[in-house]
Amino acid sequence: MERTLNMVQAINDALRTEMRRDPRVVVLGEDVGKVGGVFRVTQGLYEEFGEDRVVDTPLSEGGIIGAAIGMALYGLVPVPEIQFADFIFPGYDQIVSELAKIRWRSGGEYAAKVVIRTPVGGGIRGGLYHSQSPESLFIHVAGLKVVCPSNPYDAKGLLLASIRDPDPVLFFEPKRVYRAAKGEVPEEDYVVELGRAKVVRAAQGAGKAVTVVAWGAMLYEALAAAEQVKKDKGIECDVIDLRTLWPVDVETITESVKKTGRLVVVHEAPRTCGFGAELVSLVCERALMHLEAPPVRVTGFDTPFPYALEMEYLPLAHRIAPEIVKTAEF
Amino acid sequence: MSAELSETDIDVGLYRVLGDDGRVDATRDPGVPKDVLLRAYREMRRLRVLDARMILLQRQGRVGFYGACTGQEATPIATGLVAREADWVFPALREQSVMLVRGFPLTQFVAQVFGNSGDVLKGRQMPSHQSGRSVNQVTWSSNIGPQIPQAVGAAMAMKAKKTGALAFGFMGDGATSQPDFHTAMLFAKRFAAPCVLVCQNNHWSISVPTARQTAARTIAVKGRAYGVPAVRVDGNDFLAVYKVLGDAARRAREGGGPTFVECLTYRIGAHSTSDDPTRYRSDAEVEAWKKKDPIDRLRRHLSVMGYIDDALEKAIDEEATAEVAQAVKAVEEMPALPRRSIFEDVYAEMPWNLREQAEALEKLPPAPSHG
Repeated sequence: MERTLNMVQAINDALRTEMRRDPRVVVLGEDVGKVGGVFRVTQGLYEEFGEDRVVDTPLSEGGIIGAAIGMALYGLVPVPEIQFADFIFPGYDQIVSELAKIRWRSGGEYAAKVVIRTPVGGGIRGGLYHSQSPESLFIHVAGLKVVCPSNPYDAKGLLLASIRDPDPVLFFEPKRVYRAAKGEVPEEDYVVELGRAKVVRAAQGAGKAVTVVAWGAMLYEALAAAEQVKKDKGIECDVIDLRTLWPVDVETITESVKKTGRLVVVHEAPRTCGFGAELVSLVCERALMHLEAPPVRVTGFDTPFPYALEMEYLPLAHRIAPEIVKTAEF
Repeated sequence: MSAELSETDIDVGLYRVLGDDGRVDATRDPGVPKDVLLRAYREMRRLRVLDARMILLQRQGRVGFYGACTGQEATPIATGLVAREADWVFPALREQSVMLVRGFPLTQFVAQVFGNSGDVLKGRQMPSHQSGRSVNQVTWSSNIGPQIPQAVGAAMAMKAKKTGALAFGFMGDGATSQPDFHTAMLFAKRFAAPCVLVCQNNHWSISVPTARQTAARTIAVKGRAYGVPAVRVDGNDFLAVYKVLGDAARRAREGGGPTFVECLTYRIGAHSTSDDPTRYRSDAEVEAWKKKDPIDRLRRHLSVMGYIDDALEKAIDEEATAEVAQAVKAVEEMPALPRRSIFEDVYAEMPWNLREQAEALEKLPPAPSHG
């Protein structure tokens, strides 16, 4: 049976589904218990599963991740919540030096299955420490998988897939669309396979077309820009929602670019060494002779994330649309 | 439990059982059986011989690096004898040998130092980073401290799963300056995790002495700050360490939660084969600590008890030397690792980028050696 849920409800549904199915799954973090998380993502889990499986921890991200790794080594499946991705850095050493490398450095003898959920992105008047998008800092680390859903259906299916995947996963939740993105979500158990992007808008006809790659909250800006350039200029777009950032679905991107010859990548994170740089490189390595225009990145700036001027910082539709046009008319 | 154990007192004593003359303090005699004492002596001697041989191999250029445990043998060996099969050990740099006491084959242990196909870690870690699933000794990194909250997390899982096991988590004195030490103490007490957290205070974090590492009166008191019962023990007194660790393990098994144990000891050798301690400490200091050597002290006790004579001592040494030589010989004959193995175990299944990189590497000629 389907219901209309928002992202917060869909993620909550996924956690509840998996905690009922698998007694090894535990949720831990700051304020995840009685209050149900500052965004209410874990609401009701404490009442259903009790304080041993929904653990209010001390205010210590390093401790949360470190303890979660130990729990995972011993066979539990911890799903820690880091209240904001901006707060993840006290646990960064545990993620980068430990979680990501345990399987490899132990010769495959040990593994730590941890899914770290954390809200990312701006547009909520959160200032520089409640708004960042640190995905490339994790994609760069061998051994981690990185996921970022854009809608409730994918959020539930990707989270269930992430918890059942054998590798550690960073599960980034785009908080700007936590409640704004609504959609039909089945009550039953299902997974959205990791590593598969989705073409959410396909270019029509044989005219000039552009491939636009985005994820999370910026997908909606990419879609709005695509609609705008169609209306204004008759330019068609393939809009791809990456869904899993790593391992990235390079096939889907490359196939689209081979067809359109043009690429625009959109992300909130700063431009330099952002994931867009990697995507452009991958496309150049695989489809250079198909390109009709230089690939373009529309991104956050190489500055800290601003408070008062955050809407200027974000690569919103009004910044994406002109870049699509320039690329199409190159 | 030992009299000095406290959750609150900021004055921490020093728990000793064995005098320098090899005689026990009768009021504290833990009554360790003869077979345990002899086993401990054999293990400590084997470890001393092993470390000496590995350092020699490094000097000869046959292995790349080594970090010895010389002078600190009592604590890892006592841990190996106190731990039960189901218990887990999270070592730091100088506790690899716990796994040898718990039955890990010496040959595979030495293969890790060589990093060849006999190494269960597939040559991925520097020497002195051994771990083994078969004996529940957990993989660790060279970073200082991250294993401590992991040990606590594992203990939280042991409690949740009601397995009756406990986790031993090790650190050096320098690690107690790291945030991970403090989060570990915080979580250990808050969740009453069945664990024994052990600091081998060997007086030196590479070149920085403990006195310049912290202004705290002792390392042990830092555990008490978090409400973790903590005790400071003479780490070169095998009987005292064995007693304290055994009591702490029993408390954890009985639901008493964590204990923090500071073992006061001394790093007789360099930090590692890359270090030159003559640049920062005096020979006189080292010589003074050599007189407190944990193996010599246990040897004197065994004599006092009539458990050992010169012939048995000689036999134990010859046996250890032969065993180590045999292991080195066997390991040196083992083949190198296939280069494709770099790409394995990064993920449970190799993703497309690693498949591409592995295929590209296979087409290249072998890389030049270090030369």
